[in-house]
Amino acid sequence: MDISLETAARITSFIAALVLITSFAMLAQKRIYGLIHLFAWQGLFLALNTAVVGYIADKHHLFISSLLTLGLKVFLLPYILYVLIKRLNIRKDVETIVNMPTTMLIGIGLVIFSYHLTAPVRELSTLMTRSTLTIALATVMIGLLMMITRRNAVTQIIGFLAMENGLFFTATSATYGMPLVVELGVALDVLIAAFIFGIFFFHISTTFDSLDVGQMARLKEDEMNE
Amino acid sequence: MNFDPINIALSSVLILLGTALIAPLFRKNQKFMITFSFILAAIASLLAVAAGVVTVEGALVEKMVLPIGLPDLPFHLRLDALAGFFLTVVGLLSLFVSIFSIGYVKGFLGHRSVTSLVIFYCLFIAGMLSVVLADDALCFLVSWEIMAGASYFLVIFENEKADNRKAALLYLVVAHIGAIAILLAFGILAGIASGGSFSGYTFDAMRQANIPPHWATAAFALSFFGFSAKAGVIPLHAWLPEAHPAAPSNVSALMSGVMLKTAIYGIVRITFDIIHVFPWWWGAIVLTLGLISTVMGVLYALMQHDLKRLLAYHSVENIGIILIGIGLSMIFISFKLPLLAALGLLAGLYHTMNHAIFKGLLFMGAGAVLHATGERNMEEMGGLIHKMPWTAAMFLVGCLSISALPPFNGFVSEWLTFQAFLLSPSLPNNLMKLLIPLGAAILALSGALAAACFVKAFGVTFLGHWRGHHKPHHLHEVDWTMRSGMLLAGLTCLGLGVLPTMFINWIDNIAQQLVGSTLSLSATQYGWMWLTPISYERASYSGFIVFIGILVVVAATYLLLHVKPGAIRRSAIWDCGFEKLTNRMQYNATSFAQPIRRIFGFLFSIRERVEQVPHAGHKAFPKKLHYYLSVRDRIWKWLYKPVIEASFWISRQAGRLQQGHIQTYLIYSFITILVLLLFLR
Amino acid sequence: MNINPYIIEFLQVAVVIGLAPAFVGWIRMLKCWFQGRTTAGLFQPYRDLRKLFSKEIVLAHNASWIFRFTPYLLFGTAVLAGAIIPILSIDLPLAATADVIVLIALFAIARFFLALAGMDIGTAFGGMGSSREMMIASLAEPAMLMAIFTVSLANKSTSLAEIVQVINSGQMMLRPSLAFAFIAFILITLAETGRIPVDNPATHLELTMIHEAMILEYSGRHLALVEWASMMKLYLFVSLAIAVFTPWGIAVKGSLAGLPAAIGFMIAKLGIAGLIIVLIETGLAKMRIFRVPDFLGVAFLMATLGMLSFFILD
Repeated sequence: MDISLETAARITSFIAALVLITSFAMLAQKRIYGLIHLFAWQGLFLALNTAVVGYIADKHHLFISSLLTLGLKVFLLPYILYVLIKRLNIRKDVETIVNMPTTMLIGIGLVIFSYHLTAPVRELSTLMTRSTLTIALATVMIGLLMMITRRNAVTQIIGFLAMENGLFFTATSATYGMPLVVELGVALDVLIAAFIFGIFFFHISTTFDSLDVGQMARLKEDEMNE
Repeated sequence: MNFDPINIALSSVLILLGTALIAPLFRKNQKFMITFSFILAAIASLLAVAAGVVTVEGALVEKMVLPIGLPDLPFHLRLDALAGFFLTVVGLLSLFVSIFSIGYVKGFLGHRSVTSLVIFYCLFIAGMLSVVLADDALCFLVSWEIMAGASYFLVIFENEKADNRKAALLYLVVAHIGAIAILLAFGILAGIASGGSFSGYTFDAMRQANIPPHWATAAFALSFFGFSAKAGVIPLHAWLPEAHPAAPSNVSALMSGVMLKTAIYGIVRITFDIIHVFPWWWGAIVLTLGLISTVMGVLYALMQHDLKRLLAYHSVENIGIILIGIGLSMIFISFKLPLLAALGLLAGLYHTMNHAIFKGLLFMGAGAVLHATGERNMEEMGGLIHKMPWTAAMFLVGCLSISALPPFNGFVSEWLTFQAFLLSPSLPNNLMKLLIPLGAAILALSGALAAACFVKAFGVTFLGHWRGHHKPHHLHEVDWTMRSGMLLAGLTCLGLGVLPTMFINWIDNIAQQLVGSTLSLSATQYGWMWLTPISYERASYSGFIVFIGILVVVAATYLLLHVKPGAIRRSAIWDCGFEKLTNRMQYNATSFAQPIRRIFGFLFSIRERVEQVPHAGHKAFPKKLHYYLSVRDRIWKWLYKPVIEASFWISRQAGRLQQGHIQTYLIYSFITILVLLLFLR
Repeated sequence: MNINPYIIEFLQVAVVIGLAPAFVGWIRMLKCWFQGRTTAGLFQPYRDLRKLFSKEIVLAHNASWIFRFTPYLLFGTAVLAGAIIPILSIDLPLAATADVIVLIALFAIARFFLALAGMDIGTAFGGMGSSREMMIASLAEPAMLMAIFTVSLANKSTSLAEIVQVINSGQMMLRPSLAFAFIAFILITLAETGRIPVDNPATHLELTMIHEAMILEYSGRHLALVEWASMMKLYLFVSLAIAVFTPWGIAVKGSLAGLPAAIGFMIAKLGIAGLIIVLIETGLAKMRIFRVPDFLGVAFLMATLGMLSFFILD
């Protein structure tokens, strides 16, 4: 099957749009399970995108990283989070620090900002994925925004993972992916990070009876209070 | 005397000045004085309109030097298309308001002498006309001060109320801070233009001067600050909702309708005409401030329950809309897109005209209501449509126009502004491409909020039942002069909305003179019925067909259904079968805005308090509930309060110099003289 | 063989006026099926209208001319809008009267008068309906404009005939920006036409209603006109969405052969649109009034993302 570059660019930008929409949906989502589902969807779109890019650019190692993404981000990590939430029996709604419309507006601002940032790269790059670079960068920033505006530690880790998604996406769209070794390493890192977070949460919740990261302020040695 | 437009315009100013001089002679017979002077004012306004129309139509540029002014610094007058347009705007509304005033001012008879009102009214219009005519900094500033001073005395006309005095003082202070900024801006421009001699004070010299970019920026910043203070651009708006309602309604109509427009004139004159080469970010500043004023103005307006304050806040909004058009035009022209610049500029100017007329109309309507009921508080009104059908109908026309609903005039200019927004993707700057569309969304939001606000204003004032505790006994329709003033303004609103192509054709010469491109070739090429701003494929609008179409369908439906006239039975209100509906249960101004107040509440500092008057029996059944609400302007706290406190602090420090000993003062003078001599050595 | 465009224009207005109740009937039928109820049939709305037209009008003593004029105006603006949106053919003589923005403003003028009529009698319900309606309209407006902006970016026009022409000529498949705008438009349509989750068209519980609260005092032929106009409004919003996003099958240049096909396509697309609306309405519950800003915020977000993705991706 032969796909013209034009069509391929269309397909990748459509997938990029879907990734963007999942990012914003995660910002807007008010239930924790919904958040995990969205995260899984985002992983699926990323895997799809990687596969498409791999096919067009004829880079076969991208298929492996696509499969890796599929296995890790669509099935394994959501499952771990799911189990974590079940075990720790935490609240099912997402508590936000900033209200939703404001977060959305900041998100839009971030997209515009990353468009501005990536402008020089877009002009120099000749890859067909260059237009998705903006969205990849925006995904990173929105992940960070999610970490900032959420109270609960589990939602924060989802933000962290979304950020990692964005980085992965950036790599795919800027240079057709990193070398396989690097990607395997990153995947392992993320997995380990997820496990460490899991153990961490368990301890936090047993210590404070809550996963509200605001509680961590109590760890600080405050002489005035003692 | 020949009939050049500039002579006619000058004679109009002279008639007004003459009227102001003669009027006191008749102060014994107040009724005659009112009729006589307002008729003369109307004639003078008509002359100004005639001069303006002819000038714009013919794209004339006429100049005149008056042998008055300082020695060697005579007054220069100039009438070009831009001046002609603003002459028409000022003249047209002054004409309607002067007719209205004949009846309205008679309402004061028996309470107070209106001599000062009449004198300053004439001076005020004369000042505005000569601001527009001025062609040198001196003449401009003198006229500007006449305008500001006269309006101060008009604001303070009902001076027995402390609020009015406070409002007038605030107005005077802000107006003069603005005037100083404008003076400094002219100082910079004239200093560079004259190069040593005094000849640089004319606008002609400034136009020809080669102004270095940083000085141009300084001059722009100062003049924009000064004019913004006059126009009530947020955050310099605080005086506006205080001063405009305090003045008598006919004066409020002129202040909101046209005095603010002289500031718009100043901005356009200085940027497009005198400096005429500028970077794009000037336009971005104007656009941003315009957007902020638009949305904040309308939100503040929604929170009001004083009809005139509500209208005053809407002036802030509409000035914002005008600035949006002008700002877009400035951005377009700095990127060398003259056709789009013409579109933005004409959208802004179109809205200038529209706002003058419909805001004048609405203030006249508010004046008529005030005249009939003695009330400005909407919470005390209701059901006036039955007693004042004419006023209600005309006020409704004003509401429809300001809410940007077709086929009235406000819609055309907002539509043109939207078209200018929609063309922003042709800008070469990437960031602007992405940011400017968000501005269009803000404009859409404020347009819709304005509609909500005027449903509230009209609905609470004219519909339903009387909401107040004591219904006035002799509610009556106003007299024919007031009605005809409003009727003329209403018809103008409709005319400007239905025949936009004619108006665009007419003001096109301004764009030709200022940005070097015309819109009429593309805008009106499909005949008078179709407005196609850029091309037929791009967008088109026919106000005429919308108007006729709605009329025809409504008439046809009505006739079809009345072939067999079904019975109409009048009965008591149904209200879902509930009984004991009282007038106090109606939605009022505060409750109508409650949902919006809750959504946008974070922009204001809102205090709500509920007090219960306990019942003798049980706590759960309070006898009465008192609800207190105060909505305050945050900008007042953040910007004005610190400035006021700082200036008090400075004056206290300066006060230490005042010792009361004559010797000390002599020492001050002596030291001053010594220092001056040292410098002038 | 070509037909005079004026005849098509006339035909289209007749279709809008005639079919709008059937469309509402179709939605109600589907809804009944989804909820396991027996339906009243496709033609129940016609029977309702006939009944209302034959009844006398009971008017409150203090009703002003605004209250009596509004039903006619609602009907008038709806008919005019029906003559402007390209539903059957692109080549309509009145199509140039209004671009999308003017069209939205036409609906706004109807809403303005309806809100005034709600306040005219002076009941608490009427005022409540007006206040809420204007609040929702204000928040829907920026989202609507953003969606229009996105569409106009893709088509370089806001003129409906031109948009339909460009999209109809192909080359517009799979554009993320239009997909975003389409989602936004669906959300706005639900809000503007008073469907669940924003308003419940079937409610008779006073505190949950918006549109119904404003028209509580109407009766007889006034009520018939108001109801008919709101049916037409739903029909027109759906037609507008079809025209702007999926116009395929519309008659291009008043050819006689294209017309039956255009009508067939229109009915099929309306059927699907009805299905989508019913799926949304059965899937969601009506929101609290102060959740509506979030809902419309999402619509605005979608439309804005559409605008951004046009520049970023297209």
